Amino acid sequence: MTTQTPLDPDTLIGCPQCDATYTLAAPKSGETAHCARCGYRLIAPRKKAGMQIIMLSLTIAVLVIAASVFPFLTISAAGRSNSVSILQAALVFSDGILVVLALATAALIIFIPLLRVLLSLYVLTPVVFDRPPARGAVKAFRLSEALRPWSMAEIFAIGCAVALVKVTDLADVQFGPAFWMFTILVFLVVLQDTFLCRWSVWNSLDKTQT
Amino acid sequence: MVCMELSGQNADIKSAKDLGLVTCRRCSRVWPIETEVCARCGHAVQSRDITSLQRVWAFWVLGFMCYIPANMFPMLQTRTLLQVQEDTIIGGAVELFHYGSPGVAAIILIASVVIPVAKFMAIAFLAISVTRPSKVSPHQRTVLYEVVEYIGRWSMIDIFVVAIMASLVQLNTLAAINPGSASLFFALSVIFTMLSAQAFDSRMIWDVQAEATDHHAGETET
Repeated sequence: MTTQTPLDPDTLIGCPQCDATYTLAAPKSGETAHCARCGYRLIAPRKKAGMQIIMLSLTIAVLVIAASVFPFLTISAAGRSNSVSILQAALVFSDGILVVLALATAALIIFIPLLRVLLSLYVLTPVVFDRPPARGAVKAFRLSEALRPWSMAEIFAIGCAVALVKVTDLADVQFGPAFWMFTILVFLVVLQDTFLCRWSVWNSLDKTQT
Repeated sequence: MVCMELSGQNADIKSAKDLGLVTCRRCSRVWPIETEVCARCGHAVQSRDITSLQRVWAFWVLGFMCYIPANMFPMLQTRTLLQVQEDTIIGGAVELFHYGSPGVAAIILIASVVIPVAKFMAIAFLAISVTRPSKVSPHQRTVLYEVVEYIGRWSMIDIFVVAIMASLVQLNTLAAINPGSASLFFALSVIFTMLSAQAFDSRMIWDVQAEATDHHAGETET
């Protein structure tokens, strides 16, 4: 048993959620290593995940920019109509103290998701192409991870559905091009998050440095 | 599904703390106990976050204080040809119920009242449970913690709904919807409860358990 031999921290992996410690045995591609005590997903490597994530990230970046400026939803009632983009929706909290909320909303649904995508491109591209990691890659990935709970594009998309239900009896609603972009976007963001094995990224950043 | 095994016996699982080591919570690298900053990812490492509970409660109280005005002030101001109407969260849901969409009313009530209140109770329960031996197994509490962390962000949906409706329904004299001051308090409440949940050091759930199982050999281990 490992408790009798002196432990080399390099050969161990700890569960961030419950602090259980295991000897490191990287699972094969496509398999997942869970913490035996609390079930936390420790390692989940996938073949070609790096390339897939880069492709997804590029698509997401383009979609976020496009989706935030193109008209998103259009409503019409009694001959009048109004169409808005996502940026306009975020900036609706514009009187007085609500400006803070406008900035926060814009950050949560556009800027933070966009920043996370750009950071992961910056970190992963050199790793996937077998180059030494980009300067500050470790910091960049750490920031991207810290921002993860604050990236709320998918929540905004569900919010649209709720808002639509509430508005439809008041006026007619048409979907703009940005609505469909955003729907695809949400799907891609979730996909990118599942593909990404954090441990593998940290490990590759580590190996190439020493 | 592959499980990481140190020794093959679940009851024998040792925490990094027991082994005189410390785990980085960002990248799961293990270091000697005296390490302060993870050399792999640069994250600060601590065996146990001793200020965790203080921060949990501080954010909890802030979040709760913001939740009260969020329910008292109007969330939405609806202006139609004939009238101006201001709705609080609960008032709006009651209104919807009367005008024949009980489904939507139920969704709003669950998203804006039931879930936030349940979240406050869950975080408080977790924070209290780690200071004493608890009857609820660490496994169940870990699940509860994961649920709280996952659901926390989704409360922001209310704010987004208000933003979408207010920007969309701007038909000059015919009808206009504007956000009310409750939206700011509600957003702050969601953010503070998210910070409160993040401040919680979930490793403490298992520490008390480990101390308890020292006395009567591993009963709730799964």
